[in-house]
Amino acid sequence: MSRGGHWPLALLLGAAALLLAGCGAVQPWVKPYEREHLADPIMSLNPNPVSSTYLDHVFETREGARGATGGVGGGCGCN
Amino acid sequence: MSKHGIRFGLAGLGCLGALAHAGVLPDDRVDLLWHDYDGGGIQVEGPSVLIQKKITDDFAVTANYYTDLITSASLDVVTQASAYKEQRHQGSLGFEFLNGKTTYSGGEIHSVEPDYLSNTGYFSISQDMFGDLTNVSMGFTRGWDWVGRVNHGVVQNFHQSVDRRNWQVGVSQILTRNSLLTFNYEATDSEGYLNNPYRNARYVSSSGIGYTYEEERYPHTRTGNALSLEYKYYLPYRASIDGSYRFYTDTWDILAHTFTLGYTQPIGQSWIVDGTVRYYTQRQASFYSDLYPYLNSQNFLARDRELAAFDSVTLGGGVTWQLPITRYSWLQRSTMNFRYDRLSIHYKDFRDVLIPSEGPGTEPFYVLDANVMQFFLSAWY
Repeated sequence: MSRGGHWPLALLLGAAALLLAGCGAVQPWVKPYEREHLADPIMSLNPNPVSSTYLDHVFETREGARGATGGVGGGCGCN
Repeated sequence: MSKHGIRFGLAGLGCLGALAHAGVLPDDRVDLLWHDYDGGGIQVEGPSVLIQKKITDDFAVTANYYTDLITSASLDVVTQASAYKEQRHQGSLGFEFLNGKTTYSGGEIHSVEPDYLSNTGYFSISQDMFGDLTNVSMGFTRGWDWVGRVNHGVVQNFHQSVDRRNWQVGVSQILTRNSLLTFNYEATDSEGYLNNPYRNARYVSSSGIGYTYEEERYPHTRTGNALSLEYKYYLPYRASIDGSYRFYTDTWDILAHTFTLGYTQPIGQSWIVDGTVRYYTQRQASFYSDLYPYLNSQNFLARDRELAAFDSVTLGGGVTWQLPITRYSWLQRSTMNFRYDRLSIHYKDFRDVLIPSEGPGTEPFYVLDANVMQFFLSAWY
């Protein structure tokens, strides 16, 4: 590989190093004692997994789109 | 050709729960659900049981059993085959292992139908960071499916396979003391027999009704990309609203948008009600047609409704009642839940051939209305 071929990798590593260097400086702007509302069951992103799993199944067997629901799918010949 | 029925929507996925969220293992709980779908001449009902149990402080297992009891006399079945009844059974077993702020999860999903067998393995890693404000997860799913064909209850000498690979990346972010944002990306790749072995395409002919059916032919590969965002906000008077958007596109030229809005309102100490609106729209697959001009007019042929262009609106609502605990000390809490969704799909290029018309290609577009009901009990222990 030519010397110039290493530039994208070097840039990627450099960007990653800069980002990671910033990680240590990040202070949580919502303290643990300020998360009362977030801990309320009505703020759960998936309060009833058995129900949301079923509804995802209903939609996916009738639609062309799939994925990015935050779940894991198994195969099925359903319709 | 006589066929047992038409019931395939290949590569349809039976989802199983969410990817792991680091730092906290899921609560010990049991859910018993009965589901009922009724629409378009199809009724599907059955149970689902989900059990989550922490074995130790850092190791939990999840098991799910799900059944579809299907009675079908859909438009495709009525026009091209005969009504049928059958069952699908799906079982899964998964684990989550917590190590500091990292959670490892994995499992297996097994699905059995008379003409379709599926095995799926999955593994994911998620990590809490930035004072637990951020959670990043990555996952990989691999599936191996067998596709068969059944004719009037008799399994035919027809054996095909599908390989599936999915890659997922997710980020959950606490934005403020009242709001959350999640991002999910998933790449999907399927190879093999992606056809529906029962459905047919139709083309213009000189037959009495003006058209004739021919076998569908799908490409043997399909790669898709899905991207979603979800936002949830806690309102000042103890209620929450949420909104989400998903973008999807694939190599079959399907392009879809999904929008969802939800509202959750507790009432007193024992009741929670919620309502959702979901809008979905998709563009047709490049090789799809409701009516081809002549026999073998293209390399690939499909008349599956799932690949047609359509809009759909789903209106839903649920009620949760927290049951009073009177007898069992091991039971922390339990709820009784009912949910109803009304699904309405308006197809833009799939015609209802059962309605008399002046000729092929002039029939009205098909409309599917369905009622989806769920009743379930949940118990935390």
